[in-house]
Amino acid sequence: MSAPPQTAGTRTMTGAEIVLQALKDNGVEVIFGYPGGAVLPLYDALFQQNAIRHILVRHEQAAVHAAEGYARSTGRVGVVLVTSGPGATNAVTGLVDALMDSIPVICLTGQVPTHLIGNDAFQEADTTGITRPATKHNYLVKDINRLAETVHEAFYVAKSGRPGPVVIDLPKDILIGKGPYAEAPSAPHRSYRPQTEPDPQAIREAVRLLKRAKRPVIYTGGGVINSGPEASRLLTEFVRLTGMPCTNTLMGLGAFPASDPHFLGMLGMHGTYEANLAMHGCDVMLAVGARFDDRVTGRLNAFSPGSRKIHADIDPSSINKNVKVDVAIVGDAGRVLAALLECWRQDEAPQDRAALAAWWRQIDEWRARQCLRYEQVGKIIKPQHAVRRLFEITRETGRDTFITTEVGQHQMWAAQYFGFERPNRWMTSGGLGTMGYGLPAAMGVQIAHPEALVIDIAGEASILMNIQEMSTLAQYRLPVKVFILNNEYMGMVRQWQELLHGGRYSESYSAALPDFVKLAESFHGVGLRAETADDLDRVIREMIAVDRPVIADIVVDQKENCFPMIPSGAAHNEMILGVGQEGSVAGVTDEGKVLV
Amino acid sequence: MPDPTDTTQRAATIAVLVENEAGILARVVGLFSGRGYNIESLTVAPVDEARRLSRITIVTSGTDMVIEQIKAQLDRLVPVHQVSDLTLEGPHLSRELMLIKVVGRGEQRLEALRLADAFRARVVDATTESFVFEITGAGDKLDAFAALMRPLGLREVVRTGVAAIARGPHGLRT
Ligand SMILES: Cc1ncc(C[n+]2csc(CCOP(=O)(O)OP(=O)(O)O)c2C)c(N)n1
Ligand SMILES: [Mg+2]
Repeated sequence: MSAPPQTAGTRTMTGAEIVLQALKDNGVEVIFGYPGGAVLPLYDALFQQNAIRHILVRHEQAAVHAAEGYARSTGRVGVVLVTSGPGATNAVTGLVDALMDSIPVICLTGQVPTHLIGNDAFQEADTTGITRPATKHNYLVKDINRLAETVHEAFYVAKSGRPGPVVIDLPKDILIGKGPYAEAPSAPHRSYRPQTEPDPQAIREAVRLLKRAKRPVIYTGGGVINSGPEASRLLTEFVRLTGMPCTNTLMGLGAFPASDPHFLGMLGMHGTYEANLAMHGCDVMLAVGARFDDRVTGRLNAFSPGSRKIHADIDPSSINKNVKVDVAIVGDAGRVLAALLECWRQDEAPQDRAALAAWWRQIDEWRARQCLRYEQVGKIIKPQHAVRRLFEITRETGRDTFITTEVGQHQMWAAQYFGFERPNRWMTSGGLGTMGYGLPAAMGVQIAHPEALVIDIAGEASILMNIQEMSTLAQYRLPVKVFILNNEYMGMVRQWQELLHGGRYSESYSAALPDFVKLAESFHGVGLRAETADDLDRVIREMIAVDRPVIADIVVDQKENCFPMIPSGAAHNEMILGVGQEGSVAGVTDEGKVLV
Repeated sequence: MPDPTDTTQRAATIAVLVENEAGILARVVGLFSGRGYNIESLTVAPVDEARRLSRITIVTSGTDMVIEQIKAQLDRLVPVHQVSDLTLEGPHLSRELMLIKVVGRGEQRLEALRLADAFRARVVDATTESFVFEITGAGDKLDAFAALMRPLGLREVVRTGVAAIARGPHGLRT
């Protein structure tokens, strides 16, 4: 249906056409949505064009998570379309999820016509009011003459600076009315111009500290991923050039190759012994695109007490928020890393390689504790083993593999036992910790990467929170694999109850579970089950081989806990290592118990 | 550099230049309530109609670290042009306007009028039994005047909140 090429410059169109034209002009190829009365004009316009593909989800929350998966795996903006009222309110969890994890998403919401706004009209909700603290920014379009520019601006806001979700609320009369189409302006935004280039003085100061460091550590987060693959490449180059140890946050996994000997693994509450002790004992810390959140720092007043801290972030409000730092660098992670590399190479000062070697010997002692060791003995599948085998077998296939997760123990085991060599291959709900994220996110990833192997590592409780999306997988023939570590418990809740609440397992048993094999079948997918360790590899291989949606129900040890663990309110050096290892929760104070 | 262990609270008067658009006040107020910051006073009005700019003056308090956070959080709001910590950046003027109604007769009434004169409050409305005074100044001057009027028949008070500007030639780009 290729219409003769027109200059979109001064055309008059309906509001719905303006929205679609603006999406196209911003490079959008696919949107995730769900129709309803207020957005029917947009659906009508979608019907009459071919440039933008619409993926019909089964719940609006899933549309946002799918857009997040799409965005995080491609570096592009994910786009969502939902109706007014319940459509918009259903999307709110996804929006907050994207806000917390800095994922660029645009959510178009229908709204009752402007003359009815405020009248408690059918399916009216104060969407801009509700989503104000749930978005990076939001708009209510009341003038069709500003519609095109608003959509263009929304793209700019969603992806520049620290990315995030943007809502555009579209009253139905605006979608039906006619107005002019304006192309994206070339002028800079009036008020929002985040700083991306680092201050050279701060870079020199950082290099000066790093050169003299005896026990340095590099700690990076989602900001490096958000900056694009080049930032990950520069990070890898910088770490290898300087020989320093590197650890990643949950959101930052994949920015540095897991197989590289400089990699200490993930840090934080369920991070490795070596990563957390290196953070605790370092004398200079370089944080890039990470935000010192409570899952990473543990008890703040005991966090890395002896170190000088350099913090580079695109969001100035992340710097000195939780932890006071010595050198603040505002800028895009990639630009910062490029500047650090250049300055490091030009700087004449020698690096204290002898001290660094001693530091590595210390780190190797910590490593020798093998904090992630587990024993797969007997028939009962250890969840760690299941993830490890999944990793090894997918690696053998050589296929480009993308992992999403739900939230709970399985998420942490995925982070611990699946090695990521490249950025954008790991999608998880870090900041909000949203159960129900993984399946729709995987859907979005699979749409963006039709040939890739996309696996949602799930828990049996979380998966039920957006299980309806199995139907979307069937409709679009998306061969997403759902790999359930089925421990019949909300395992992470059970673990806290065991460790902190006297083993009183209040409401954390997953009773009345469905038969996941039949469930998969009833959703036109393939259901597999592994009940013993002997079944595991076969089920994984079969799951990968099938070119259809699969649920693999992996029946795992119900009592397994996720270690290492820094209990809430504890310090990095007060880690619990696991059964028969040092550390206990006996020391968790009431203050600690208050924390989440 | 703010010190996180420092718990000393300080007051800050912050000037914010923003786009004059729907919802901007809700954004700013929501930021303060959502993150648990204090608002002692908040005023807003358009200052440049042609360029759609409004100026907000916020009086708040917190540790140095919290005030730095407040400024950074304000600055990352998309419609915010500029944030200035008037308290930190040098001498500034803070003014507030108060309208105050005093009801009484005889000697009380005369006393109210004498005090108003001493405070340079203007009579902007008068009946045989009431005055409305208009007074401008720093907050503590307004407090003092209102306290004096209380026994003299104070009926109602309305205050605008603080408007503040830096002394000297420099200022927010308007
Ligand atoms: C929407 C939502 N509700 C509640 C929680 C709290 N929560 C965190 S983990 C968890 C249990 C998850 O159980 P499951 O999916 O089986 O994962 P497991 O820990 O057993 O691996 C719960 C309830 C949450 N993170 N998200
Ligand atoms: Mg479970």
